[in-house]
Amino acid sequence: MTADEKPAAPLLKVDDLKVHFAAARRRPFAAAATVHAVDGISFEVARGRTLGIVGESGSGKTTAALAILRLVPITAGTIDLDGVRISALGGEALRQMRRRVQFVFQDPFSSLNPRQRAGAIVREPLDLMGIGSPAEREREVAALFRAVGLRPEQQALFPHQFSGGQRQRIGIARAIASRPDLVVCDEPVSALDVAIQAQILNLLTRLQQTLGLTYVFISHDLGVVRHMCDEIAVLYLGRIVERAARASFFRRPLHPYSAALLSAIPGAGLGRMRLEGDPPSPINLPPGCRFAGRCPFAIDACRQSDPPLRAVADGHLVACHRVDDEGTPPHHAGV
Amino acid sequence: MTLLDAGSGWQATGPAGMPEPPGSDEIAAGSAAARPLREAWRMFAGNPLALVGLAILAGIVVMTIIGPYLYPVDPFDIVGAPLTPPGEGGLLFGSDYLGRDMLAGIIHGGRASLTVGGFAAIITMAIGISIGALAGFYGGWADRVLMRVTEFFQVLPPLLLAMVLVTLFSPTLTTITLSIGVVSWTNVARLTRAEFLKIRSLDYVLAGRAVGARDRRLIWRVILPNALPPLVVAAALSVGVAILFESGLSFLGLGDPNVMSWGMMIGQNKQVMLDAWWPTTIPGAAIFAAVLSISLIGDGLNDALNPRLRRR
Ligand SMILES: Nc1ncnc2c1ncn2[C@@H]1O[C@H](COP(=O)(O)OP(=O)(O)OP(=O)(O)O)[C@@H](O)[C@H]1O
Ligand code: SF4
Ligand SMILES: [Mg+2]
Repeated sequence: MTADEKPAAPLLKVDDLKVHFAAARRRPFAAAATVHAVDGISFEVARGRTLGIVGESGSGKTTAALAILRLVPITAGTIDLDGVRISALGGEALRQMRRRVQFVFQDPFSSLNPRQRAGAIVREPLDLMGIGSPAEREREVAALFRAVGLRPEQQALFPHQFSGGQRQRIGIARAIASRPDLVVCDEPVSALDVAIQAQILNLLTRLQQTLGLTYVFISHDLGVVRHMCDEIAVLYLGRIVERAARASFFRRPLHPYSAALLSAIPGAGLGRMRLEGDPPSPINLPPGCRFAGRCPFAIDACRQSDPPLRAVADGHLVACHRVDDEGTPPHHAGV
Repeated sequence: MTLLDAGSGWQATGPAGMPEPPGSDEIAAGSAAARPLREAWRMFAGNPLALVGLAILAGIVVMTIIGPYLYPVDPFDIVGAPLTPPGEGGLLFGSDYLGRDMLAGIIHGGRASLTVGGFAAIITMAIGISIGALAGFYGGWADRVLMRVTEFFQVLPPLLLAMVLVTLFSPTLTTITLSIGVVSWTNVARLTRAEFLKIRSLDYVLAGRAVGARDRRLIWRVILPNALPPLVVAAALSVGVAILFESGLSFLGLGDPNVMSWGMMIGQNKQVMLDAWWPTTIPGAAIFAAVLSISLIGDGLNDALNPRLRRR
């Protein structure tokens, strides 16, 4: 980027997004409880880049993704895509917006309609959003099949006639059919054999380069995230606890939770930190830091006040009381 | 960006996709499970009871369609002495308490019973599927209102309600069919709702919405086809139930007086039941055969369309 170029406005800007669900009542007449699945997250993604969202099961990754797609009701917060406030859209405007944001599902088996042929699945976005003439759509679907590594003749087959990896390719073809700006990938390879994961990741990378796609890439596998993402956000119980560029994050994870996740990867240069216990439930959240119950560095202050997400180094954000303003995390303080 | 220049973008990058190495990620296309419908038919045809049911029902249907031409006797005409036993006086099934030809009654009456059964089942399914689909898809207050209505219809005794409706609007085949349909959709509505609740949160429904499908398409083109197997079974069974209903109404004297039906034959001959067996037993056997064959078909469809059984 040259000096006189203004930094481009981010393609996607999420501000204080919250998605709460009403929890099923355990007993009749119990007070209605709320699941804080996503509880105030903010981030931006520049065009052509990839943001990785990592977090363990139940941290709210899928819910956040569905909220960006406007597939679950948003409780609070805003989402802007290319300057358009898509969190405020409804009806036909929302439907028209969908061609610009697409989704790749985690489960290649449940995400394809078993009664639709592969060709019809990929063609559906073009038909429903009125893209191109019928003849153009036909050519386009064949091109999409080739682009994701399938043969155009396979259009006539039903989903169950494909393997998991091939089904995921169909799902990817469907997602890029409408030429979206943003593709949200929700653990796109975690349901696949290890041998096939790399093929799908390479396909996603190649499509990003060819089509200039922007990705939000969700995973619980830090190895995959390191391979795919320019920036990383760590989600814990519906909150982002750390956000940083890839190099900075992997060189020096600041949040104790991130450090624990990274220490599980061999060769990350960190001593093994074992995480004790389970995260608290997103229904009864502790008043202070959500990680305090499992954090080896917790002090009384952690249990009383909720640490805000703040910038401690150049573009490196963390939500932890014990990271000092120079960006020294508690797990490095003694060294 | 137009499609065409997008399309040429693909060309510019050359063959973007490398086929996966064969073997690792390839399964044989055209396997046994290739065609769901053909596979279901194979299961169905492998079930002898279901085939017997199909044969009986086909026989009855053919009889009611072409029978009146082969045996053009008016079932209301008096053709012999009352209560002629079967086989005597040239009457294969004998005559009833007025001396009318029982065989003509069975042939013509079957037409009314099956027509009412078929159309009433269509109405049952149409009402039940519409209400169940809307309740299950939208949930919330729509679900609560529609399920209250369903419960209201469920607590009323259906035969009684049908009797009231038929007497209100003079009994004709049309009002009888409509009444039966209107009183018997509640189970179908519950079944449809349960299937919709199960399917509506599946990823492929979300995916449909994500690619721009409107509610109407999601309900009728995405969820309903996937909810169909149990509904096909329910449809078959509701034909049987509707035939029984029509017989019940006719038996009680609430049938269409101008159209012969099996139930009417039983109802009109019930007072001579102790003097002669055939005027009630023969139409009774016809109803029994029709309903039994339909329920055998329903059972066969249930097995054939149940994916868990099929996946072997
Ligand atoms: N529709 C819903 N109603 C109630 N609670 C929900 C709903 N969807 C998700 N949740 C809850 O919200 C929390 C976050 O769920 P989410 O699926 O977003 O997690 P995740 O990070 O994607 O987990 P995983 O790695 O297992 O996919 C969980 O506690 C989950 O039980
Ligand atoms: S705020 Fe306290 S409890 Fe939370 S991560 Fe930091 S040190 Fe651990
Ligand atoms: Mg998930």
